[in-house]
Amino acid sequence: MLPRFWRKIKYRYNLIGTKCENCGTYYYPPRNFCTKCRRKSKIVEVKFSGRGEVVSYSVVHEVPENMKEQKPYVIALVKLEEGPMITAQLVCRPEEVRVGMKVKAAFRKCGEEGESGIIYYCTKFVPE
Amino acid sequence: MAGIVSYGTYIPIYRIKAEEIARIWGEDGESISRGLGIKQKSIPDIDEDTATIAVEAAREAIFRAKIDPEQVDAIYVGSESHPYAVKPTATIVGEAIGAGNYYFAADLEFACKAGTAGMQICYAMVKSKMIRYGLAIGADTSQGAPGDALEYSASAGGAAYVIGDKGVIAEIECTLSFTSDTPDFWRREGQPYPKHGGRFTGQPAYFRHITSAAKKIMEITELKPSDFSYAVFHQPNGKFPARVAKMLGFSKEQISPGLVVPYIGNTYSGSSLLGLAATLDVAKEGDLILLVSFGSGAGSDAFVLRVTDRIEDIERKPGVWEKIEKGIFVDYGMYVKLRRKIKMPG
Repeated sequence: MLPRFWRKIKYRYNLIGTKCENCGTYYYPPRNFCTKCRRKSKIVEVKFSGRGEVVSYSVVHEVPENMKEQKPYVIALVKLEEGPMITAQLVCRPEEVRVGMKVKAAFRKCGEEGESGIIYYCTKFVPE
Repeated sequence: MAGIVSYGTYIPIYRIKAEEIARIWGEDGESISRGLGIKQKSIPDIDEDTATIAVEAAREAIFRAKIDPEQVDAIYVGSESHPYAVKPTATIVGEAIGAGNYYFAADLEFACKAGTAGMQICYAMVKSKMIRYGLAIGADTSQGAPGDALEYSASAGGAAYVIGDKGVIAEIECTLSFTSDTPDFWRREGQPYPKHGGRFTGQPAYFRHITSAAKKIMEITELKPSDFSYAVFHQPNGKFPARVAKMLGFSKEQISPGLVVPYIGNTYSGSSLLGLAATLDVAKEGDLILLVSFGSGAGSDAFVLRVTDRIEDIERKPGVWEKIEKGIFVDYGMYVKLRRKIKMPG
């Protein structure tokens, strides 16, 4: 688990995806191949602004053991202003969330391996 | 001249009123609140810690500075609540802001003044041309033992300052420290809560260090209290900064824009730096600001800052007071959960 997280730190701390310079399509998670342009793909890495809006959401009541302290929490489909849609935790009260809500990326803890293990940080979203 | 290029702040959204804490411990909330000069304090969310606060403040500072984060050649994070005992917070900040890999970095600890100590290091490195820009951060999620007087004030928040010599919004005209071995407050290795010398430590610790540093810097710069538009003193509670201001000859008007402690509590390493940020939010070209931090153990870092015309060019919204007003109040039960004072099984 640790090396897997370690290698992805760059993409978890910041919303770094890719863009095909041939057709302008953005990808998150990053892809190194454009599904539209195929062989003509010109892929470059880009950092997203972190701004977007809620397309849909679920309020999670049946939670995994490590999320017990955050129950109930919101998982949202967030459409970034550059285009890609991502699934992420939205830190707000369940009664606050609505479709179309403007949100922005936030740097939060997303887990830890017990009291003596490593702490994982990642990107979540908060209301704008 | 080297100085502050920009600043960013972060205050967690949750708050608890002093009266709610007093209700649990059978104390008179109104009199405690009045005695400390603290109405409420900020609380970190369950997924926030010193690193997340430092990152959010740093990102705002870098955004406002409009500089390439790879030009940040040094990062110092001051805190007494670093998430790890061994493993730096500064590297987490560096990665999260995209500082690349060639930067000086270290975590600092000096109770409530580790953030201003970072500013002094960055200032010296900029002046000596070792670095282009330095990032000094003071952030904490401080804890007071349940039922202890500190529980009413120990809170969470932070501020980040970009120090450089291009695009300076406030020049550092002078800085000095007054330091002595005074054990007024401490936390031993492995202990969750700090201990303190109690109510009689104010004079030999806070007041002695702040007044000594402030008087010396005014002597060196040949300035007097009336020359300053604003003054910011470390804010462990609402009473001490008001009293030390009076002792030194500063008015209520000079300290009030930066007196944030009654509404968010003592953010430790973030405390005087959040006060300075709230003051910079309203500052104008030519304003002189005196900043004097205090860290138990003990020491005070004093700064004379002169605001430049560049202050109008940087984004200052949302301001510190806007962030303070955004709070959501919780009860003591939610507070102990958020502060992870509940022992979870397994």
